[in-house]
Amino acid sequence: MSQDTSGELEKAQEHEHELEHVLRRTDTNPRAAQRAERQVAIMFGLSMLASIGFVAAYVGISKTASIDIPIIGSIGLLNLTLGLASGLGLFLIGAGAIHWARQLMSDEEIIDERKSFAADDQTRAQVVEDFQQGAEESGFMKRPLIRRTLLAAMALMPIPAIVLLRDLGPLPETKSRNTLWRSGSRIVQDISYKPIRPEDIPLGGLVASALPADLKAIEEEQGTLNERAKASIILVRMAPDEIRSQQIQDGDYQGILAFSKICTHLGCPIALYQQRTKHLLCPCHQSTFDLADSGNVIFGPSARRLPQLAITVDGQGYLVAKEGFQEPVGPSFWERG
Amino acid sequence: MSTTQRAVATTTTWIDDRIGAGKWLKKNLRKVFPDHWSFMLGEIALYSFILLLLTGVYLTLFFNPSMKEVIYNGSYAPLNGISMTQAYESTLRVSFDVRGGLLVRQIHHWAALLFVASVSVHMLRIFFTGAFRKPRELNWVIGVGLMTLAILEGFAGYSLPDDLLSGTGLRIAQGIVLAIPLVGSYVSSFLFGGEFPGTDFIPRLYSIHILLIPGILLGTLTAHLLLVWYQKHTQFPGPGRTNKNVVGFPLFPVYTAKAGGFFFIVSGIITLMSAMFTINPIWLYGPYVPDQVTAGSQPDWYIGWLDGAVRVIPNWETVIFGHNISWNILLPALIIPGIMFTLLALYPWIEAKATGDKSEHHLLDRPRNAPTRTGLGAMGLSFYILIWISGGNDIIAQAFSWSINSITWTIRVLLIVLPPVVFIITRRICLGLQRRDRDKLIHGRETGIIKRMPSGEYLEVHAPISEASRAKLISARESHYAPLEAGPSHDENGVKAPKKGRLGVKLSNFYFANRVVPPTDEEIAEGQHHAADDLETVRPSGQITSGH
Repeated sequence: MSQDTSGELEKAQEHEHELEHVLRRTDTNPRAAQRAERQVAIMFGLSMLASIGFVAAYVGISKTASIDIPIIGSIGLLNLTLGLASGLGLFLIGAGAIHWARQLMSDEEIIDERKSFAADDQTRAQVVEDFQQGAEESGFMKRPLIRRTLLAAMALMPIPAIVLLRDLGPLPETKSRNTLWRSGSRIVQDISYKPIRPEDIPLGGLVASALPADLKAIEEEQGTLNERAKASIILVRMAPDEIRSQQIQDGDYQGILAFSKICTHLGCPIALYQQRTKHLLCPCHQSTFDLADSGNVIFGPSARRLPQLAITVDGQGYLVAKEGFQEPVGPSFWERG
Repeated sequence: MSTTQRAVATTTTWIDDRIGAGKWLKKNLRKVFPDHWSFMLGEIALYSFILLLLTGVYLTLFFNPSMKEVIYNGSYAPLNGISMTQAYESTLRVSFDVRGGLLVRQIHHWAALLFVASVSVHMLRIFFTGAFRKPRELNWVIGVGLMTLAILEGFAGYSLPDDLLSGTGLRIAQGIVLAIPLVGSYVSSFLFGGEFPGTDFIPRLYSIHILLIPGILLGTLTAHLLLVWYQKHTQFPGPGRTNKNVVGFPLFPVYTAKAGGFFFIVSGIITLMSAMFTINPIWLYGPYVPDQVTAGSQPDWYIGWLDGAVRVIPNWETVIFGHNISWNILLPALIIPGIMFTLLALYPWIEAKATGDKSEHHLLDRPRNAPTRTGLGAMGLSFYILIWISGGNDIIAQAFSWSINSITWTIRVLLIVLPPVVFIITRRICLGLQRRDRDKLIHGRETGIIKRMPSGEYLEVHAPISEASRAKLISARESHYAPLEAGPSHDENGVKAPKKGRLGVKLSNFYFANRVVPPTDEEIAEGQHHAADDLETVRPSGQITSGH
């Protein structure tokens, strides 16, 4: 009940008559109340058992044990039992407390009056006056020299904090324009790093992920995946007369075409190739590129074609790059042009 | 005095003597909180957050936020011998080699999903019931900030394990950063310590995820709750509930038990889910490698709308003087979300401009009683849901064997057509419901009994409604506004009046030109008089009194 002045108290009591109140079974029947009490205690008791069960499962069940459950499938037994035990341990405390509140605690609603947050006009006027007096005493408005130099100092103050961020990383320079591909870079398979001969790729075939031969050594030296994120290419083979256009004249080798694998939209590696249509689809945002037609965008959010890598074979008959990429690979950036 | 009473008195005296808690306790121990199921949505968010803090601290004991490459050699055989970062390796270790580690990881992930979900639904409840109105505008803005932080925090956590899926998400985020005009390449290079992916980003993201954002969240959330406490909770209309009181149960003991118990219920359910349902099985995705990806890549649900917006936009990019402006990225990833969140934060002031109302509102609106607001909310929601669906266009295409191009085009068209249609239909439904409420107030409820008059005319007999329904329906008066009227365009001296205020009038007409006026006391009295007449002639059969 509200503890304000007696006038408000009376008003509140007046309202209280309007509130509906239906008696519960636990209010009218002592046996129902006892039953509810027992139910709450049982829930708390079961929660105790669950907490002890948790310890038993933790100690007794192997990390690798698994169990088959219909519909859900095979799942780890330890995770299941630990989760069920601690979950029930928590849930039953909550269920017991709420059952207790709903069945046994008073369910008669009470009324509080709201008070206005606003101060009275006199107080507000006093605040304005106090502020003005303080401002006056500080001389902030009277002494422009102090005011202006303070404001200028405050404006310059954040500069060191911003400059401190400079060494978070190097300047971008032209790194995003360059990949490892050079004239004569041998093309190797991902994972196995084996060089590829033209006859390894059947007509209609695809090498979903290929890299320059020197990548492995450089990656090990640098300890990053940065070069891979730019250099990855995809190779497809089609009949030479199926190629409608190319970015680079005679950039193919007997119908084998090489394109950057990095989507020109937001940089996902593109992997979904449809052999019949020669379309390459990015799994992230569904930009679709036509590899038989210069890698042009035919659908989706990407604005630019996939850069082509001109290829040929070296003296030993392995596929190599004729030259590096002629345009930046991957997503757009302000300086790209 | 009993022993307990004496113990309580001694304790409170001890505290009161030192920090003066007595007055505060006197005022707050029996503080009243109103009861409604929808008031639990914010509680779910709070409890998920507490659970996130607890499980998060546990996970930091095992997680190693390093991008140094190592060869895996652990309990999960399929990945043995594979090169991966220590971040991914330590996530595998906590999942397979720490007993209960997987459970805590899954609780953390499920709680995060539930956190953002309950924050979102909580916000919808606040919006549709008008709980953001004066004096709660500030708390609404804090809430919009909390939701933004929640989404960012979720994405940061999702990105830490450095699995194939989260790495792909980071690659996309880096692509978005690159698209920022003028400074994109620089920001990206500074964030990632050079080129993508580099070796700096995960350790940096880690301190943001476990310290910076949770710190801000905790502070903002505390302010959010303090304001709810200080301003007292809103309540739905009902008997005895007015704009000047708050009706409900006392903090101690009822809400202590209910809210405290509910914390255990929420924690218990999340734990049970984590026991039974696998979430984010990073071991199936493998470590992140920038030239690999899986089809059907999906982010967590709360990023879906952003991903969908990025998918559905046409491929616009302009090159001016050798500089690229990628509208296809800037619009869906930065500009449109920026506009959406700004409008959301400003909404209380937009509506206040239309109502011209400067009074306090502690009684909630029934959504039907604010038809334009409800229509706008449904419109925004339909837009959100459409771009969210667009984020799963590849999944839909595969499941139904539809063309992904037609799905994308359909969503593009729907995004323009559907929201206005939803607005109009929702507003119509609200106005219809209001008319029915008005009829009920005037004529009472329909009894289903048809009476034939001596003249041969048929009438349906109406019975008076209960006091509780009356209190609920009559609250339409609190939510009702007539459109603001423009002042004279020229004053008495023929000088043109300033344009100020015209916008408010236009806005007000947009909001309230179509409206259902709640009945006056006279209209209700007259209606009841009629109904009583009807009743009089039927009552002898006894059908009304027994048929209720």
